[in-house]
Amino acid sequence: MARSVSTRRKALNTLIAWTIGLLIFFPILWTILTSFKTEAQAINDPPIFFFFDWTLENYAVVQERSDYMRFLWNSVIIAGGSTLLGILIAVPAAWSMAFVPSKRTKDILMWMLSTKMLPAVGVLYPIYLLFISLGLLDTRIGLMVVLMLINLPIIVWMLYTYFKEIPTEILEAARMDGATLKEEILYILTPMAIPGIASTILLNIILAWNEAFWTLNLTAAQAAPLTAFIASYSSPEGLFYAKLSAASTMAIAPILILGWFSQKQLVRGLTFGAVK
Amino acid sequence: MATQQSRTLARYMMAPAVILLLGWMLVPLTMTLFFSFKKYLPLRGDSLENGLEWVGFQNFVRFISSSAFWPSVSTTMIMVGGVLIITVVLGVFLAILLDQPLWGQGPLRILVIAPFFVMPTVTALVWKNMFLDPVNGLFAHLWKFFGLSPVEWLVDYSLGSIIMIVSWQWLPFATLILITAIQSLDSEQLEAAEMDGASAFHRFIHIVLPHLSRAITIVILIQTIFLLSIFAEIFVTTGGAFGTKTLTYLIFQRVIDSQNIGLGSAGGVYAIILANIVAIFLMRIVGKNLDR
Repeated sequence: MARSVSTRRKALNTLIAWTIGLLIFFPILWTILTSFKTEAQAINDPPIFFFFDWTLENYAVVQERSDYMRFLWNSVIIAGGSTLLGILIAVPAAWSMAFVPSKRTKDILMWMLSTKMLPAVGVLYPIYLLFISLGLLDTRIGLMVVLMLINLPIIVWMLYTYFKEIPTEILEAARMDGATLKEEILYILTPMAIPGIASTILLNIILAWNEAFWTLNLTAAQAAPLTAFIASYSSPEGLFYAKLSAASTMAIAPILILGWFSQKQLVRGLTFGAVK
Repeated sequence: MATQQSRTLARYMMAPAVILLLGWMLVPLTMTLFFSFKKYLPLRGDSLENGLEWVGFQNFVRFISSSAFWPSVSTTMIMVGGVLIITVVLGVFLAILLDQPLWGQGPLRILVIAPFFVMPTVTALVWKNMFLDPVNGLFAHLWKFFGLSPVEWLVDYSLGSIIMIVSWQWLPFATLILITAIQSLDSEQLEAAEMDGASAFHRFIHIVLPHLSRAITIVILIQTIFLLSIFAEIFVTTGGAFGTKTLTYLIFQRVIDSQNIGLGSAGGVYAIILANIVAIFLMRIVGKNLDR
């Protein structure tokens, strides 16, 4: 919708849009700023915006007192592991649905989508019981499996929409030239599929990292990831704003950075390809 | 192009995903359904080993007739409805604004989208303590600055506060999808309408809005699915107190806090039915898209 407009109009647009944008971003900015203040400055009235004594002390204290690295490591393992597991299971499935479609492919896809809509709270106790009897409660592997399962429909769908875009004519041409199935997969499909797979991985790490129902309900001390770590700040440590901010900043920073790379994929992934 | 051999192979490749999801769906669902017809109070000595007493539809009746049920339904509807209205209206506005020619579009978009990537527990805690706290929160400072007495947001306006927090979180999602949709709008059509003398308002009503209608429907349906199961935002802020107990939270309390598994499971069955009603509409739209 690029139209030529006057510079004045453009300046006005810019002013309004940036004001609103900064307002929306403000809570995050404020959290990051507060994490560098002392506790006294953090609750100072009137609030101090930039001119305070910048300190890294909060980060050191958070790490020291609560063993932040362990929670971070749990988050990394759980988000990364569940995504990897999901990709390993979903790639063959999406590949076969995209390239060898049958009459039932559409039904299977729709059914997979429907499992995503199962409200977690409806099956909380059964999963809890199963976890106890299988010895999975408060383990990283258990959480990894659950997060993989809740995101598997999204992974399959996303990969499916990407694989669908690979033109089959290329495959046919390769076959004419005598390429074997192995060569076909290795030299033609894989290079074309990698961007789609990478985007899918990115979105799923974000979703798994931020998941806050199962991570809160199925973990205690051992396997708790950052979501649960932050929830433990709700009281009374939450009143120490600077430390809360430091812990929060550390918990969201990796995903903010990943998230900014994945805007486009987010739309495709979360709308199941309905909006591209 | 598919031979018999590749068909068989395809089936094997699909099998792990299908079997896992089938298990994930059927096993807990069957258990929930089973528990919902049983008296199951683990704290009073009921256990699976000793066998559970069959109580028919008693749990279903009790769940609905409890004094907490209807308030939780209306809380859920107000919360989901409120967030939907805020995010869709502001989302359309923001999408149009961000699509206008302006400086720094890329960085600006990053700022606007950022809240979506903040984990729910951080969102809830930062808002609860650093903004809404009646003593040290930023809003309290602001109110005092204008000579007003600070408000106990999460007590007096608890549901409104949670709606605001959740809207902040989901506005980027709506905006992002609507921007994507608006970019496919034919600019020549708009220019033609402009030349024919259609006002900005009429161009919006007759061209932009119809074009966005599908994307808006998708935003509403997908958000509804996610919003119905909002949990961490309530868990961290009010813990379900002060009229913020949604259906999801009520079920959670029945199962975890009062350890009444039968009753909670009956509630779970209701929640599943409710989610499925929404899901059917969403699936129709997605399904239609699949044919194209």
